[in-house]
Amino acid sequence: MLVGHQPKDFLLAVSGLTVSFDGFKAVNDLSFYVEENEIRVIIGPNGAGKTTVLDLICGKTRATSGSIQFRGQELTRLRENEIVQAGVGRKFQTPSVFEDLTVFENLEISFPRGRTVFGSLTFQRDDTVKQRVEEVAEMIFLKDRLNTYADQLSHGQKQWLEIGMLLIQDPDLLMLDEPVAGMSVSERAKTAELLNRIIKDRSVLVIEHDMKFVEDIAHKVTVLHQGQILSEGTMEHVKNDPKVIEVYLGH
Amino acid sequence: MINSRFFNRSELLGFLALAVLLFLILPLSLDIFRLNLVAKYLTYAFVGIGLVLCWGYGGILSLGQGVFFGLGGYCMAMYLKLEASSVANTKIQSTPGIPDFMDWNQLTSLPFFWKPFHSFPITLLAILLVPAFFALIIGAAMFKRRVGGVYFAIITQAIAAILTILIVGQQGYTGGINGITDLRTLHGWDIRTDHAKFILYFVEVVLLFGCIVAAQFIRLTKLGRILVAMREQEDRVRFSGYSVANFKIFAFCAAAVFAAIGGAMFTLEVGFMSPSFVGIVPSIEMVIYTAVGGRMSIFGAVWGALLVNFAKTSLSESFPQLWLFGLGALFIAVVLAFANGLSGIWADHVQPRIDRLLASRKSKSAAGMIADGAPAE
Repeated sequence: MLVGHQPKDFLLAVSGLTVSFDGFKAVNDLSFYVEENEIRVIIGPNGAGKTTVLDLICGKTRATSGSIQFRGQELTRLRENEIVQAGVGRKFQTPSVFEDLTVFENLEISFPRGRTVFGSLTFQRDDTVKQRVEEVAEMIFLKDRLNTYADQLSHGQKQWLEIGMLLIQDPDLLMLDEPVAGMSVSERAKTAELLNRIIKDRSVLVIEHDMKFVEDIAHKVTVLHQGQILSEGTMEHVKNDPKVIEVYLGH
Repeated sequence: MINSRFFNRSELLGFLALAVLLFLILPLSLDIFRLNLVAKYLTYAFVGIGLVLCWGYGGILSLGQGVFFGLGGYCMAMYLKLEASSVANTKIQSTPGIPDFMDWNQLTSLPFFWKPFHSFPITLLAILLVPAFFALIIGAAMFKRRVGGVYFAIITQAIAAILTILIVGQQGYTGGINGITDLRTLHGWDIRTDHAKFILYFVEVVLLFGCIVAAQFIRLTKLGRILVAMREQEDRVRFSGYSVANFKIFAFCAAAVFAAIGGAMFTLEVGFMSPSFVGIVPSIEMVIYTAVGGRMSIFGAVWGALLVNFAKTSLSESFPQLWLFGLGALFIAVVLAFANGLSGIWADHVQPRIDRLLASRKSKSAAGMIADGAPAE
């Protein structure tokens, strides 16, 4: 294990992270560091372990060994909901919204208050909640659809709704798994605009295949291959790395 | 539609219709024997209301609600039995003052866990707390380990089977297969008279409406919406910062408490409690009542319990062998064709027609009023 001294200014410090499924190491001794307000994009071929890395950080998958430090807190020991409360938000690849609830109710559930059983029984829909929900709904282009049930939304709108649900959580680290996948061209442009707006005061970890999109937003790019880091640096650096061209970009 | 009212228009109508039926029509039109039968049917409505929350909203299918129905019923029965087993009543026994079945099984003193049931307040508390505590243990053991869906259903069914075997096997402590019978008075008040049955019917209906209001309250809080959310996207709820297990435990415990109230009322209405209301078959029947009524509708659960039991009584009188097949067929029909049961049929087919009828009448009266557009649910 690689647990040494890390400078304190890293928001997220992943070190020596390994997970093996029946002997297969999906992520193998991985270390990387994300700074405050950094936008990091993870790219890599299919099966490189990108989604697994996000799963490990948000607690969906348990690490076999290694450590994930978020603001000095060890995430590998926390449960999913505690990780969320620590300030890590996660968007899934397929839009996961609550289809039997309205847009308003979807956003309201993500509002960070009354998260215990008792708290949710006594939760009041007061002005703070309403204002915040409306504010976020406007950002995600769903202001006039607050009373629509989420199953009536288009694929792109569902993706926005899920992004909105993360926004209302106000996480310090936002993790997005292919936020523009399956979107139409116009939806894609709107999403890029949306992401550019919401990533301002937080760190973001994005998995994306759309290279143009990556170039637009990334501060730094990490290329994963077979559960390990193949290359890391600016987009310019990564693009010209012969190893990266061979396994990923060349195709 | 953001609805801040406690009942929307169609729920209010449902509430009033049920109140008129249970408080006026049935007591005025039925003789005491039939009214007592209705009271017996309604005890299952309590279980149904719990299942609506736990299964309909939370997506947690429990095939073991008979356990909680039975625990509530047995708690009540133990109190009544102790009252009926006073030293004066049991002086022919070799140990007077203990229930007759204990005497038959050579017990010479009251077991420790029977002793608290001498007290009526403790009994009332036990009716609520024993099932809740039991549900808490099962729920914590299952949901914290992420056991859910079919596995949970099977385990609850197994628990129902185990409890039945335990009750039957421990004859000296529980009355065995016969259950706890020959119950007479509640706090000195004879529950076997027609007058008492009449009063008990109304007590039960009031309690039922209390449970309806409680369930509706839970449904309308954020917790109610989290239950729906959990049923669809458990992970999204988890990653919105909620402990999914705790919410499931809550729903399961709430359902257990509702079922237990029904069980305790059953003991009072029918005058005995036996393991035949605890096991697998009654537990599954309770799920069927709820499914037929509509697992998403609190009122539907009450109607389902009433109608299926009414059909059961009338059909099993004439075709005793066929009834179980009929019940099975009914369940399959509901699952295949009407996923939301009777209340779904009402909301999708009957309600719109009534609305249209009302709307056309309204427009005729030229008031030009706009329908308030409340959601059908």
